[in-house]
Amino acid sequence: MKTFDYEAPVTIDQTITMMSKTHGQILLLAGGTDLLVQLRSGNKDVDLVIDVKGIPELNQISYDELSGLIIGAAVPCSQIYESQPVLEKFPAIIDAATIIGGKAIQNRASFGGNLCNASPSGDAIGAMMSLGAICNVVGSEGARNIPIEEFCIAPGKNALETGEMLISIQIPSPRPNSGSHYIRFTPRAEMDIAVAGVGASIELDSNLDQILSARIALVAVAPTPLLATEAAESLIGQEPSGPIFEKAANIAKQTIRPITDVRGSASQRKHLIGVLTRRCLDIAVNRAVQVS
Amino acid sequence: MSNKRVVSSTINGQQVEFLTEPQQSLLECLRDTLGLTGSKEGCNDGNCGACSVLINNRLVNACLMLGIEIDGKDVVTVEGLANVHELHPVQEAFVLEDGLQCGYCTPGFIVATKALLDRNANPTEDEIRFWLAGNLCRCTGYDKIVRSVRLASQLMNDAKEGPQ
Repeated sequence: MKTFDYEAPVTIDQTITMMSKTHGQILLLAGGTDLLVQLRSGNKDVDLVIDVKGIPELNQISYDELSGLIIGAAVPCSQIYESQPVLEKFPAIIDAATIIGGKAIQNRASFGGNLCNASPSGDAIGAMMSLGAICNVVGSEGARNIPIEEFCIAPGKNALETGEMLISIQIPSPRPNSGSHYIRFTPRAEMDIAVAGVGASIELDSNLDQILSARIALVAVAPTPLLATEAAESLIGQEPSGPIFEKAANIAKQTIRPITDVRGSASQRKHLIGVLTRRCLDIAVNRAVQVS
Repeated sequence: MSNKRVVSSTINGQQVEFLTEPQQSLLECLRDTLGLTGSKEGCNDGNCGACSVLINNRLVNACLMLGIEIDGKDVVTVEGLANVHELHPVQEAFVLEDGLQCGYCTPGFIVATKALLDRNANPTEDEIRFWLAGNLCRCTGYDKIVRSVRLASQLMNDAKEGPQ
């Protein structure tokens, strides 16, 4: 790796000041499982690496009914899937956290890092998008919230302005009678990257026979993870059933802009989105019924 | 330009201080600075697990961390498992079940297996294969490794119960 400077501040203020005073390229380091690979391969240049793992706000995971789930930007996958509130209330988050990399990667890789990397195939991004996450961002101009569907703007590019940093990701408390799921297709079950992925959350009415709200996120089939708004809207007011899921899946297939690359062809991806959307909705609804 | 920093951590139970430049990976520090060449460099990008080590009792890839990040941390490498008198039960089991051929991936598998058995004393075959998914072996076909892990689990459970 090329030489760079390293700092490990312990407060957000210190980090913001450091970022505003440094000339040259700055990168923030959380788990490093993507960053170090990028630096080693020469894909990214950097003058200063700021390790944010010493900042308490970025290292906490907390839940309460009012604020929902707050995942600090540097919290690793293993800490997420060992968290009791996540296990009880956010199944799609568990799905994603347990399929990213293998055990050694999960002990380092963070959801915040996955998001900031803005890869079209970010499993964590798909899961969080299906749950309506909000990104809490701070910069020298102050704090702001970015809806997760606006956070990734191009492959590898996020919506953070120069001098801004991601503090945490906030996911609203699940509504009554709701369920979520994240599913992906990979040739190998572990240590692989999605050919295509789908996240969904579904809210049912108290009789469990009508869909009140739905969100569907599509992964690795466009330049960024994608919110399939029309597909989700087609479900509202409907009774959950195979044909309804099929219809939403067909709409989802029309929303995507897949490419052909080393992991799969555009037509395979389109086919996969149909299959995965149906399965994902089916499981999300089953989970909604189970929690009710 | 040299930009060396002092890192102070516990490695295999010993308090250690060493110098590192920020861009040096933990794996480089272990092998080149500290002479702990048990952890191997395979892919150097987090796919093969040959550099598996424990940081504060958590399994990580040493190639995906900076050496400077272990300041104040507790590190265990494959060198820290055996004592002067005997092998660690995981190592013993890999020998008895022929869980290695060329041996290059073995330190990583041994460390990853220890991390597994410390959390789950009686893993199923599925759990073993899932846990070790981040470690690649091109010789054994994995079956002998799975058998080694099952034997290691048995040996460690027997040791806990004490001598017969």
